[in-house]
Amino acid sequence: MMELWETYGIWTAFTLLYIVLIVGGVLLSVAYLTYAERKVLGGMQRRQGPMTVGPFGLLQPIADGLKLFSKETIIPSQANKPVFLMAPMLLFALSLVAWAVIPFDKGWVLANINVGVLYLFAISSMGVYGVIMAGWASNSRYAFLGALRSASQMVSYEVSMGLIIVCVLLCVGTLNLTEIVTTPRPVWMQILLFPMFIVFLVSILAETNRAPFDLPEGESEITGGFMVEYSAMTFALFFLGEYANMILMSAITTTLFLGGWLPPFSMWLPAGITDVLALVPGLVWFALKTAAVLFVFLWARATLPRYRYDQLMRLGWKIFLPLTLFWVVLVAGTLLTFDALP
Amino acid sequence: MIIQALAFYLFAGILSLSALAVITARNPVHSVLFLILAFFNASGLFLLLGAEFIAMILVIVYVGAVAVLFLFVVMMLDINFSDLRKGAMQYVPVGLLIGLILLIELAVIYQTWSLDAITAAASISMANMGETTNTELIGANLYTNYVLPFQIAGLILFVAMIGAIVLTHRSRPGVKRQKVAQQYARQRDEAMEIVKVTPRTGA
Repeated sequence: MMELWETYGIWTAFTLLYIVLIVGGVLLSVAYLTYAERKVLGGMQRRQGPMTVGPFGLLQPIADGLKLFSKETIIPSQANKPVFLMAPMLLFALSLVAWAVIPFDKGWVLANINVGVLYLFAISSMGVYGVIMAGWASNSRYAFLGALRSASQMVSYEVSMGLIIVCVLLCVGTLNLTEIVTTPRPVWMQILLFPMFIVFLVSILAETNRAPFDLPEGESEITGGFMVEYSAMTFALFFLGEYANMILMSAITTTLFLGGWLPPFSMWLPAGITDVLALVPGLVWFALKTAAVLFVFLWARATLPRYRYDQLMRLGWKIFLPLTLFWVVLVAGTLLTFDALP
Repeated sequence: MIIQALAFYLFAGILSLSALAVITARNPVHSVLFLILAFFNASGLFLLLGAEFIAMILVIVYVGAVAVLFLFVVMMLDINFSDLRKGAMQYVPVGLLIGLILLIELAVIYQTWSLDAITAAASISMANMGETTNTELIGANLYTNYVLPFQIAGLILFVAMIGAIVLTHRSRPGVKRQKVAQQYARQRDEAMEIVKVTPRTGA
């Protein structure tokens, strides 16, 4: 037993510490993402956003959290209780476990596994279960409709997301996220991947059920979709899960397309400026890039009206799928022609 | 090693129990959820074997795509399952027969299976592997030595997909559809008419 402690004890203790740090950081980011969202939406609609609780309303997310904690959890009598309670926990847990493979800085990654991209894809493809289980277990028509919408939406957009990831993988030749960031990409490769970056941004909006693709919630038609029967903590878990997923998807975009923790535009700027930019810690660049992608989420929400469901499906299957499939062939062909395969 | 053994028994235990629960659960949706749990634990077992690529693909394909559609269909079914269960006992002999055949086949395989040859082959391939990950190895093998079988498997799946679409597709007359290309092709002349209105005439 002592031997076991010596081989695994210290490692376990450090891993637990890292997990606590990552989860704490993610939850804090989630809290202030809700604040940022309300401030940005406020700014875009010429309002002030939260401003009463604390200086500049900075304590608003904490007040909201306390409010949700102190409310009563209501479980509908017709609901399937175990599945009803498991759904929000599953969604929340899945939005946290994916962070294990995200590299925050050089060497700052909890699990540097060889199949990091596949792991992220596997975890994000499981997120749909939380929604389906919630919709089915609530035993309510609105919730069920929301779950059905969400399931078909997430499955549809995963297809084109997978193909976009294949484009990136063709260029870098590895499934390890750290190596994806560090593999240098020439300028022509960046230009070749840029359209896929845009398609990926739209796909992650659909994948996280955010506006303009927030039909699973669709409060104007199905009153809140799959989470209509949830209250207090169970609702808070859905809410946290959704926002943690937004941050996660932005972090994945940063890792795949925006060069992770590396200083930006290193190929485009003169050497003097890039040296100065390299002085800034990698974590800061990572956070800034992720925040920039998150801003697109909020921007889209403030700007675009909600899609109709058939338009959403048409965009996914008839436009994104052929486009990304063509782009995989184009990227592969270009790499083969110019003998640039990694 | 002890951690690996513990993890193996954990995964294998949950896998067996949830597989049992798939066929015993009264609610079909619960059955599918247990099936998903079984898939997930099977992928854990693959991870223990060091086959990380297959483990991830199992989760992506079976849990992320196949089982979602399964759950989708089962949730939408409106069948009284207690009625369905009444006649189930008459199929027990057939089930037992199939089970027996499978058991015999397994026994035959186990008899002819030489463990030494397999470990020898595995150690050779492990020696050749060197630094390459098993993702690379599977890819290289699949697209060089087994290109034709792989492509034929893809074609068969493709034909099956087209077949499913053809069988279920009904074109109903009189359904109004949005024709996006037509909408875009519309010109200003056919869509609107500019009328000069003389003021104070009301027309």
